Amino acid sequence: MLKIQNLHAKVEDKTILKGLSLDIKPGEVHAIMGPNGAGKSTLGYVLSGRDGYEVTDGQVELNGQDLLEQETEERARAGLFLAFQYPVEIPGVSNMEFMKESVNAMREARGQEPLSAAEFLKKAKEACKQVHLPLDFLKRGVNEGFSGGEKKRNEIMQMILLEPTLCILDESDSGLDIDALQVVADGVNSQRSPERSFIVVTHYQRLLDYIKPDFVHILADGKIVKSGDASLALEVEKEGYAWLGEAQEAGA
Amino acid sequence: MSEQIEQALARKYEAGFVSNVESETFAAGLDEEVIRKISAMKNEPQWLLEWRLKAFESWQKMEEPEWAHLHYAKIDYQAISYYSAPKSMKDKPKSLDEVDPELLRTYEKLGIPLYEQQMLAGVAVDAVFDSVSVVTTFREKLEEAGVIFCSISEAVHRFPDLVKKYLGSVVPRSDNYFAALNSAVFTDGSFVYIPKGVRSPMELSTYFRINEQNTGQFERTLIVADEGSYVSYLEGCTAPQRDENQLHAAVVELVALDNAKIKYSTVQNWYPGDENGKGGIYNFVTKRGICHTNAHISWTQVETGSAITWKYPSCILKGDNSVGEFYSVALARGKQQADTGTKMIHLGKNTKSTIISKGISAGDANNAYRGLVQMGPNAEGARNFTQCDSLLIGDQCGAHTFPYIESRNPSAIVEHEATTSKVSDEQMFLCQQRGLDPEKAVSMIVNGFCKEVFKELPMEFAVEAGKLLEISLEGSVG
Ligand SMILES: Nc1ncnc2c1ncn2[C@@H]1O[C@H](COP(=O)(O)OP(=O)(O)OP(=O)(O)O)[C@@H](O)[C@H]1O
Ligand SMILES: [Mg+2]
Repeated sequence: MLKIQNLHAKVEDKTILKGLSLDIKPGEVHAIMGPNGAGKSTLGYVLSGRDGYEVTDGQVELNGQDLLEQETEERARAGLFLAFQYPVEIPGVSNMEFMKESVNAMREARGQEPLSAAEFLKKAKEACKQVHLPLDFLKRGVNEGFSGGEKKRNEIMQMILLEPTLCILDESDSGLDIDALQVVADGVNSQRSPERSFIVVTHYQRLLDYIKPDFVHILADGKIVKSGDASLALEVEKEGYAWLGEAQEAGA
Repeated sequence: MSEQIEQALARKYEAGFVSNVESETFAAGLDEEVIRKISAMKNEPQWLLEWRLKAFESWQKMEEPEWAHLHYAKIDYQAISYYSAPKSMKDKPKSLDEVDPELLRTYEKLGIPLYEQQMLAGVAVDAVFDSVSVVTTFREKLEEAGVIFCSISEAVHRFPDLVKKYLGSVVPRSDNYFAALNSAVFTDGSFVYIPKGVRSPMELSTYFRINEQNTGQFERTLIVADEGSYVSYLEGCTAPQRDENQLHAAVVELVALDNAKIKYSTVQNWYPGDENGKGGIYNFVTKRGICHTNAHISWTQVETGSAITWKYPSCILKGDNSVGEFYSVALARGKQQADTGTKMIHLGKNTKSTIISKGISAGDANNAYRGLVQMGPNAEGARNFTQCDSLLIGDQCGAHTFPYIESRNPSAIVEHEATTSKVSDEQMFLCQQRGLDPEKAVSMIVNGFCKEVFKELPMEFAVEAGKLLEISLEGSVG
């Protein structure tokens, strides 16, 4: 599904990804952990084609297509979804309006008819309930005045509506209370399928109790420095990242 | 990202075609003789000719105002033709079937079919082409309700008392440079009278079209809402794409008598000029309404066109408890310049005014809000609320706010809020990550920004305004 090879990327002349490789098969869940500033969000931005993030080396393929060739919106329409660490507000544009445009843009790309207002409303209401947001969130401006936790749930709602094939969740668990964490995890689990893959960026092993990953990777200083199964997350929880320095020195 | 936004903003003006209509056009130039000729063409009564000549006399003594935040080469008033009318209009067609089909096609192309059965139900249209009114639809239906809706030239003959009483009563003949010019040379426009206690059975609308080259358009609109009546009036305008600048200097006067309400909406889409600032309409307009006791005037404008916009729809809140509102979206892109706002003159007790102004600047454009809130000595308990928001797209454009507040009554309350924001890279990225192309993203963000104003527009107009913004913001994205 997703094949990242030796990815190097920079922002404003600062190289952040320094040879990152990752191979994700359909249906797999990969957790990525790592210290602050390691480049986890950057990876999400580079994969989704955010302006200003320049790839200097390496390749990325999504479903056999060269991802890096494509515009941001083309990547999205090809099934790549990013749940933001810090979702931004768009005042005056209702969530509903925004998501309807978005869903229909995806449908058009897949050669499907646009949803009618009534069909869309029905789906949106279901998704809204699924993430335990009151229905009036559909009418409110996109993220306008949402609390931190509400924003995160709103991202999951969008994921559910858009039916992507590759979901990148950037700290969708941070800032959530215990119940909301469960809601977000349930939302994600409900979307797991043999065709859909996930990259779950998190700092906390706790999320991985709910969303069981197939693999856990540690990203440090722009590279994957260690990969393992779910037990690696437990290890990180216990030990932190102090060992990283030694490992890198040993490697150097 | 800003490059993408800029591309998304590349201009495309859809109303820029020229109609092939044979016209009778005066030679360029302005003197007393020209004014006499205009008046004679229209077979006007003596009082009106004298009124025009007095206006001309004042105009000649006045100086063109220079206080606005606008830069343009001096206008040569002698290089403009002051009258142009399609030849086919000479012997006044009695019905639509007699109107030159080319004229009808022009309006159809602009999305304003003039055959009643094809029109939006519930909207009557007065179509003004260059200097004359082509047709006014649904007249019979309106007249049944006692509503008068016709061209002002016709009103001069049919309703001389009303015209004589109210013409110049809100915007005096020599109010300002452009109003004086208009008073001297105005050629046509719409006249509306709503009798006591009547709610107009449909929306009234005027559609202005400049077609002829080197002509100015000077129309004059007068709306009188008698006691306890209500009318919603819409105004739209377009012009062909031409390399020369063309002058449009209109005057609109609204009279809302006791307990009456007038809602006046404008979607202004005059040709803005090309990307280098060549051509485009100079739009210098004086719009003002007077509110008697408990009356209510609401101005809503969506200004997307013109090379230069100089326009301050205002309310004189003369009667106690009267209400004035101004809702504005002004979009300036490319080399466009807009200096627009409002004046709320509170004279009566407990008068209220609300000003919501949304300025959008893109490209190299300059957009200024200029507003005056004046509380007179008798304006006991008067209130104003002003909100002035600017949205910048790209970093070459400018937004300026000039609020003037003059209060001579300590019990009056004036509130002013202002914000400036940008279409941010984060917002664009979010939209694109959700599959929207950059053009759609910009227009959605801009529409969201304008929401409070759009919701004041009548339904059909709101849709049109949204589309207009979208077209204005549309372009080829690489
Ligand atoms: N525009 C920028 N200019 C300069 N440096 C940047 C820019 N954007 C990101 N960086 C830097 O890149 C590094 C990686 O940032 P990134 O957001 O990817 O980290 P992260 O792993 O997601 O961290 P966190 O766990 O705190 O979310 C950081 O050191 C950050 O300061
Ligand atoms: Mg991060």
